[in-house]
Amino acid sequence: MILFLLRRLVSGIIVIVVVTSLVFFLTYGTSIQIARNILGPSASDEQVAILNENLGLDRPLFEQYFDWITSAVHGDLGVSYFTSEPVAAALSNRLPVTFSMVIVAVLITLIASLALGITAAARGGVVDRVLQSIGTISYVFPVIIIAIGLVYLFAIVLRWVPSIGFVPITRSPGHWLASIILPSVTLAVGGIAGLAAQIRGSLVDELGLDYIRTLRSRGVSERAILGKHALRNAAGPALTVFSLQFIGIFGASLFIERIFALPGYGAYAMNATVQGDFPVLLGVTLVSVVLVVTVNLIVDVAQGWLNPKVRT
Amino acid sequence: MSQQLAPPGPDRTAAAPAKRKRRVTRALLRNPMAVGSVVTLAAMTLLCLLAPVITSHDPMYSSVEHVNAPTGTEGWWLGGDAQGRDMWSRLLASIGVSLTAALIGTGVSIVIGVVFGLIAGYVGRAIDSIASWVFNLVLALPTLLILIVLLPVTRGSYQLTMLLLGVMLSPGVYRLVRNMVIGVRRELYIDAAKVAGLSTWRILTRHVFFVVRGPIVIQAAFIATICINVQAGLAFLGVGANTPSFGSMISQAFTNLYGHPVQLLWPTLGLVALTGSLILFANAYRDALAGTTTAARRRSRRAIADVTRHADEAAPAAEKPTGKALLTVQDLSIAYPRPDGSLNEVVHKVSLTVDSGEVVGLVGESGSGKTQTAFAILGLLPHEAVVTAKEASLDGRPLLAMTPAELRKLRGPGVAYIPQEPMSNLDPSFTVGSQLVEALRRTMPRVQARQRVLELLARVGIPDPERTFDSYPHQISGGMAQRVLIAGAVATHPKVLIADEPTTALDVTVQAEILDLLRELQRELKMAVLLVTHNFGVVADLCDRVVVMRDGRDVETGEVRQIFSRPAHEYTKSLIDSILDEETLRTDAPVSKAKEGAR
Amino acid sequence: MNPLLQIDDLRLRYPGGGFRRRLPEVLKGVSLHIEAGETLGLVGESGSGKTTVGRAVLGLAQATGGTITFEGQDITHLPAGRNRGDAREIQVVFQDPYTSLTPALQVRGILSEPLIAQGIARSDAERRVSSLLDRVGLPKDSADRFAREFSGGQRQRIAIARALALEPRLIVCDEPVSALDLTTQARVLDLLIELQRNTGVAYLFITHDLAVVRHISHRVAVMYQGEIVETGPAATVTRHPQNDYTKRLLLAAPTADPDAQAERRAARQALRGRAEVPTAS
Repeated sequence: MILFLLRRLVSGIIVIVVVTSLVFFLTYGTSIQIARNILGPSASDEQVAILNENLGLDRPLFEQYFDWITSAVHGDLGVSYFTSEPVAAALSNRLPVTFSMVIVAVLITLIASLALGITAAARGGVVDRVLQSIGTISYVFPVIIIAIGLVYLFAIVLRWVPSIGFVPITRSPGHWLASIILPSVTLAVGGIAGLAAQIRGSLVDELGLDYIRTLRSRGVSERAILGKHALRNAAGPALTVFSLQFIGIFGASLFIERIFALPGYGAYAMNATVQGDFPVLLGVTLVSVVLVVTVNLIVDVAQGWLNPKVRT
Repeated sequence: MSQQLAPPGPDRTAAAPAKRKRRVTRALLRNPMAVGSVVTLAAMTLLCLLAPVITSHDPMYSSVEHVNAPTGTEGWWLGGDAQGRDMWSRLLASIGVSLTAALIGTGVSIVIGVVFGLIAGYVGRAIDSIASWVFNLVLALPTLLILIVLLPVTRGSYQLTMLLLGVMLSPGVYRLVRNMVIGVRRELYIDAAKVAGLSTWRILTRHVFFVVRGPIVIQAAFIATICINVQAGLAFLGVGANTPSFGSMISQAFTNLYGHPVQLLWPTLGLVALTGSLILFANAYRDALAGTTTAARRRSRRAIADVTRHADEAAPAAEKPTGKALLTVQDLSIAYPRPDGSLNEVVHKVSLTVDSGEVVGLVGESGSGKTQTAFAILGLLPHEAVVTAKEASLDGRPLLAMTPAELRKLRGPGVAYIPQEPMSNLDPSFTVGSQLVEALRRTMPRVQARQRVLELLARVGIPDPERTFDSYPHQISGGMAQRVLIAGAVATHPKVLIADEPTTALDVTVQAEILDLLRELQRELKMAVLLVTHNFGVVADLCDRVVVMRDGRDVETGEVRQIFSRPAHEYTKSLIDSILDEETLRTDAPVSKAKEGAR
Repeated sequence: MNPLLQIDDLRLRYPGGGFRRRLPEVLKGVSLHIEAGETLGLVGESGSGKTTVGRAVLGLAQATGGTITFEGQDITHLPAGRNRGDAREIQVVFQDPYTSLTPALQVRGILSEPLIAQGIARSDAERRVSSLLDRVGLPKDSADRFAREFSGGQRQRIAIARALALEPRLIVCDEPVSALDLTTQARVLDLLIELQRNTGVAYLFITHDLAVVRHISHRVAVMYQGEIVETGPAATVTRHPQNDYTKRLLLAAPTADPDAQAERRAARQALRGRAEVPTAS
């Protein structure tokens, strides 16, 4: 088990290093006009050269990379070329917004998927068909259209929730929830469709297996068979799907932040992309890769714990 | 898009796959959903190809007079957007962009995924570990964010972005192909093809690719929708080059949502029509591969409902216990509903009795309905099965009329079951002990139940009960697992034990021990046993009486010695004759060497 | 004259098992030989290595020691099928008729494919199909159907026809009748014997079932834990075994006669009481 965890941990660290290096070399290595971009077309070549030197961009690429990675390890992600704001500080202001939304969306996804998936597997019928419809709808309608539809319905037509803006949880939990609920529900729709279908599918498969029949023959209750035995064995594949859904939810949050005008990391990253603000781009990349790797690691641990062949 | 509809495949030489493909194609043609989605896709492709002819403005041309022009304005049929551009020509251009995006992304991911999946799956070993590791890394990336971060590198070109997206989506294809190929590679027919001297290339293209191409088509359709949505999404965010796209149209309409909500309608319609037809096509294709359509499924579901209602009315009234015997079954029939709603009867009016302390063999070849009969007595048939009987009673209590709760109470102390395949009948996620304790917990506290299980494990001949108690099923051997299952069955002192081929999956030496154990336990606990088997040696070893079944009917019942020495029914005779006689040996010598010389 | 197939001190260990901890040897020095036109029955329980011997002969498993000689040619390290020269003269019939026939092809394709792979023209190969079907007792129209449309016994006939297609001199039969019903089993065994008489093909007949072995074998070899423990003429080995394991194996198989079985059971329990050998379970 420990060996298994160590392997996963090392894999995770390699992912982080490989991705950030890749992004570093692709951005810094292919764009020679960083200083020109910052100063605009009217600046003289001399001014550009001076800025290049000030930013350390005239040094060899590997040296710059080494610098970046050493400071990154110490929590220093550099400063924005355009606003001179430290990247780490800017991110820590914006991440709570994104995290609030993503975490609530993940919770909704998990609870709704379990409820829907189990009911559909046990009962079939209406729930099963509803689940299938949600699945098809979430594939057919892209998240932006679902989001716009929900905004239109709940914020503009019904006026139940504010259509845009974010309230920190520290200021008012009630308003925080109101500002976050619609974006989170939108994010969860896609997640629920995939995860609930997976839970239903694995449960139906498990329920058809021999050992279930043998448990029944000993008089074990249907509740225990479904909730304890079948669910435990179905959890593995469901967790794998969940870790993929998480990446999906995290990615889709970019759109949602835009539609609901939430000041999360998405808008920050988008600005940086348009301007070519490389330190910001690298910072955003690092944070998201670390996040995704962490979630995958947690899922791996859960997988290992669930599977006695790995655990023992 | 037509490339995706016809999966690539070197089928020139293979007549048979072509036939099968025709079967799938025919199933697709019969499915209105599939036809509708293909027609929609074709129509949209055609529209975007004809765009230069059927539009009067360039999609980027803006006219001040037509800012937010209403639908139906001359020359601007779908109206103008906030910058006075023609929505109709922008819509057609967007279709083109979406289709291109889908082709690039899907093409790249399918090619990479299939090539590496085939190689890793078929060759295996080092290549597999390395490729799987790399693809797992890619799978764990925050795809959308990386595409956005790299936009300065791709210079906003959506084609390059889709290329990258294709690479990042390839792990899904890779996993699918690799896992299927590994499954196929272990199949005996691949070994047979190797022995027959077929080249690896031929095996891959004809036998392996045959299995994987259906799922690949489905996967491709899903990837295409992802590409279309991601392209639209990025355009919606306004990052990347300024090409007409559903995304940018939606974005513009979104800012205009209060004033001109209708502007949102056209791009939404276009986008949904495109992705919707891809998804519906994928669903229809999946059904065609599985040989079912939603219509057929619905019909069969309705049929099952009808039939069960029917059976509910018929069954309980007929049951009247007459019982002298412990277990009495009279005229038991089992049927399953067909897709068209009619009933397919698999067991026809079978009767048998088991007295207390008696061992009755239920003998027959595969498909004779012996296992179905046993499961019907246990109440363990799938719920769509329709069971009727003149009488089915245990100890005078009618079995078929029982509620699920009553039946559950009966299982354990009333009837118990020993399955055929020891390994698959233990829950892999729980220790052996906890699974056995669970059933006993209904009647006794945990500590006592644990004690009882340990005693039982010792009784069934497990050398170290404590250790086996805490073992997971994968840690014990098949013979041990069967002993555990026997312990689980006798734990509650059942009156009737139903054993379904209890030794078939075991080696002969283990089989002999398990048979000894069953005999001892039967005497000790004075159980009645119904032993389902196809093995006449096992019958001779254990049974007092025999019921012979064939094609769902009981053809003969009798004392074990009488069945062996004086079988009355023709079929029983032919069965007994087919037993390979222990006395006859092969006597003819190997074919003469003379023949060898002639070759 | 040399035997058709000669196996000397065959050792085999499957690759894998991880760093510095290798998997145990599956075959620990197996030697046997088969004459032309003869059936050698290879008997053993699961895990005894009998199937691995067959796979090594076919080139589907790589020997780690010893030699396999076929018609005087060393084929120990040649892969299955291709590049084996005359070794296409070794063919196979597997146990499970449901997974040993490809779902991709009709029977015509299954039977003609090996011929086409050997360079025979498609039209000639397809003409041979009907005569092959005839030899295994299947109707001619079977050629246009898929394997899944046939019953277990018929599928096994198709598998036998495929093995015969290349006119081999040796067929490795790996439990070919174990998955079949009693009545079908007897008919397939009779077919195999008849084909042997007509064509002079030799069988390496791998099985766990002693009754089947008696029925078809000229000679019998008994395997236990990767070794041959006893070998000899079928009559001797199955009636007067010398080895303790063979004795146990014979007594363990229940016979289809209640009274004879009671005697055998008593004999087995007596033997167990005397020897108290560790059991295989």
